[in-house]
Amino acid sequence: MEKINYKRSEPRLMKGNEALAESAIRADLDAYFGYPITPQSEILEYFEEQIPIRHGKVLQAESEVASINMVYGAAGAGARVMTSSSSPGVSLMQEGISYIASAQLPCLVVNVVRGGPGLGTIQPSQGDYFQAVKGGGHGDYHLIVLAPATVQEMADFVFDAFRLAEEYRCPAMILSDGALGQMMEKVELIEEGQFPKRNFSWATTGKPATRERNIITSLFIEPEKMEGINYDLQAKYAKIQKNEVRYELVETDDADIILVAFGLSARICQKTIELAREKGIKLGLIRPITLYPFPTNIIKEFADKAKFFLVVEMNAGQMVEDVALAVNGKKPVYYKGRMGGMIPTPEEVLVEVENIIAKQSEEKR
Amino acid sequence: MENEIQDNGLEIVYKKPSTLTDTPLHYCPGCGHSVVHRVLMEVVDELGIQDKTIGVAPVGCSVFAYNYMNIDMQEAAHGRAGAVATGIKRVLPDKYVFSYQGDGDLAAIGTAETIHTVNRGENILMVFINNAIYGMTGGQMAPTSLEGMKTATSPYGRDVKLMGYPLKITELLAQLPGALYVTRQSVHTPNAVRKLKKAVKASFEYQKLNEGTCFIEVVSNCPSGWKQTPVQTMKWIEENMFPKYPLGDIKVPKF
Ligand SMILES: Cc1ncc(C[n+]2csc(CCOP(=O)(O)OP(=O)(O)O)c2C)c(N)n1
Repeated sequence: MEKINYKRSEPRLMKGNEALAESAIRADLDAYFGYPITPQSEILEYFEEQIPIRHGKVLQAESEVASINMVYGAAGAGARVMTSSSSPGVSLMQEGISYIASAQLPCLVVNVVRGGPGLGTIQPSQGDYFQAVKGGGHGDYHLIVLAPATVQEMADFVFDAFRLAEEYRCPAMILSDGALGQMMEKVELIEEGQFPKRNFSWATTGKPATRERNIITSLFIEPEKMEGINYDLQAKYAKIQKNEVRYELVETDDADIILVAFGLSARICQKTIELAREKGIKLGLIRPITLYPFPTNIIKEFADKAKFFLVVEMNAGQMVEDVALAVNGKKPVYYKGRMGGMIPTPEEVLVEVENIIAKQSEEKR
Repeated sequence: MENEIQDNGLEIVYKKPSTLTDTPLHYCPGCGHSVVHRVLMEVVDELGIQDKTIGVAPVGCSVFAYNYMNIDMQEAAHGRAGAVATGIKRVLPDKYVFSYQGDGDLAAIGTAETIHTVNRGENILMVFINNAIYGMTGGQMAPTSLEGMKTATSPYGRDVKLMGYPLKITELLAQLPGALYVTRQSVHTPNAVRKLKKAVKASFEYQKLNEGTCFIEVVSNCPSGWKQTPVQTMKWIEENMFPKYPLGDIKVPKF
């Protein structure tokens, strides 16, 4: 993925949710539609406070179903538009997201994930990984999914998400969690006025005599046509897979055991690495930043060097399936996680690593 | 309006609006949808607002409206036209936006979006085709189906105690302060079509004022769903639909 050097403001202390919202205003957001839900209501609150005195449009919708369909309408009209919610609300949006993917509209959906299933808990979770990266709604489609691990990334990824969404005419998602949304950290925000709008020839802005009418639709009743649309989508996803994979490597140079974790879990793993190295265990971390497209190739490369992989997630083991696919049986792939709003500690991840090492040497004997 | 005089001196008294495409309509013979399409496009033509008008047609028989109307259009998910139209109008406040929805769409699955769109007083026109049935999916009961009415999912007639009462959503919406103009029209006679056209024209003109939502219910028919000939449906409308859904203005703007 392209890295752009934007001009940035002085550092300030901000909550993840607010940094994301402020960053969106600076990204020249045209419109935000959303519905309150913990732990992300600050996003809507921030927009309701700031947008009327700055620029753009904001509307508290009657539901997440309405929000995502307002996003559809505004995106179809060529606007830079977003919504945000947390898990139950994002479930309600799935039909609309599927329509947006099929109609090939750019937009940003933020999911500040909380523990589920059901109404669950307002505590942080990564339980919506499958929903985010495998499509989520009906039909064959993907979102571009970015997973921030810091408040800084909560803010920066707004720009990345819109840039990618607009380039590929595809919905993008920032998959965060309740802790990243609520925590305060230092952030250097990208300054306003550096993110020009594109002119979308396909947008429904009113048909002048000089062009054919524009139609935003996901309906192609002839199966031959609908299959064609599917081929187009798949070709686009192949291009995204090829060009937009992003990940971070932490202390992997000499590592013989590889942790794989995204978002908050990756931060926990960084601490685990420190603790492990004090004990002489050479741990490293692959942190997928784009969850879709998934960094399959780099994981594949490490399958030749590493003794085993341990995937650390705040769910029952979701990303571990994609890691196992990448490793393709070459090395063992283990999972360690907590669920329902619980966060694994660096120490318990280390204990898991040590247990696996002990088990492996026992098996050798 | 003055009629156009051709080069050969003949006066054109009737023609297809330029904003209707040449695509053959897929509607069943005698269906009211095509008449309402035409009325809408005649008004867009006469007001000269093709370049400023965006239509929203959700799932239902009229989901293909964009094949016939030569304007920019969006197809919406079932029930969500109010929300989609809101999204468009909020980012393009100077454009004319209308939704075109069936009774299942507007008054069942999309009731929440409908009420809140009108309650916010979105400056759009909502056209509501009440044919008392789900046409597209094959004649199932709609929220507006009449008491005792036989449909595919009420084969013994709509039992209101079990299946609920015919929903007069138009009267309900007229209560909302966000509603500027609320009227019930029909297309069962040429005269009714003329009245509908007046209401449509007024609604587009009101849109310029930014004073609230215009809502037009069109009591229409469904020959296939009702299992009647088109001519029979016109009579059935008069005898059965109008007593429940009387024609006329329900709320008119006070300026
Ligand atoms: C979420 C969803 N549920 C159900 C359907 C199936 N469906 C398509 S059209 C329709 C009813 C349409 O009836 P109405 O809105 O009255 O319009 P009409 O076809 O009569 O013009 C239904 C139930 C759908 N497309 N999407």
